[in-house]
Amino acid sequence: MARSQALEVQEKKEFLSKDEKTVPARYYVPTTDIYETDDTLTVVMELPGVEKQAIDVNAENDVLRIDARIDFAKYEGLEPIYTEYNIGHFARSFILSNKIDQQQIRAQLDDGVLTLTLKKAQEARPRRIAIG
Amino acid sequence: MPTLFPDPFDALQQFQQALDSFRTSGWLSTGPSAGGAYPPINVFRKGDDLVAIAEVPGIQKSDLEIQVVGRTIRVAGSKSVEYGDKAALHRRERLAGRFDRAFTVPVEIDADRVKAECRDGILALYLPRAERDKPKTIAVG
Repeated sequence: MARSQALEVQEKKEFLSKDEKTVPARYYVPTTDIYETDDTLTVVMELPGVEKQAIDVNAENDVLRIDARIDFAKYEGLEPIYTEYNIGHFARSFILSNKIDQQQIRAQLDDGVLTLTLKKAQEARPRRIAIG
Repeated sequence: MPTLFPDPFDALQQFQQALDSFRTSGWLSTGPSAGGAYPPINVFRKGDDLVAIAEVPGIQKSDLEIQVVGRTIRVAGSKSVEYGDKAALHRRERLAGRFDRAFTVPVEIDADRVKAECRDGILALYLPRAERDKPKTIAVG
């Protein structure tokens, strides 16, 4: 990745889902990278302002769902005078095309970036077939 | 006032609406020194002082450079995004690159007492208002 390139501003996208939330606040879609190796699927997600304990990761019925809540109390006593972006909780879900091992999801949070490493289930890994 | 939230369930939504309504605020004019628009910045008033907050996920403290000259604050640095070798990329939304932004606040700040904090991908700059700039109460004699 060229480091000399100027970083552009990415407008935050609001999270719109057919499953509505019961709380009125707006959710945002975290920018995400997804890559795959032979035995893992890695999801890297930007969640600025979210602490470890406020992240829910759920992988059920082939859907990976991430729900992350910001600590809104930190904004108490702050009165906006000039704003360029909005804040809110984050949510996003993906349909998994590979069977993954539910027991082996690793999560790490560094500088507001969540890295999820999902181990593919044994039967989903590519097998090398020797030609006899 | 946007700081009063009687109902905690509505609080965030009200705050979001308050943030939206200040998006057209001309309080911070774009300075000629600005090298770019990243990172987006929100400015809040906290008592007499100002707090500028930016979202900088994936940027390490050591990759950030903050400078203050008079009323101008410069936020510069770089962000890198890495993928492991031999990985097949399915989705690439995160951007990497350099950034260099300067903005000038319309009030006098005490450059020596400016504090910067970076945690969980949020950069907070505490900009204390200069004593000489604070309003003084004049007793009517």
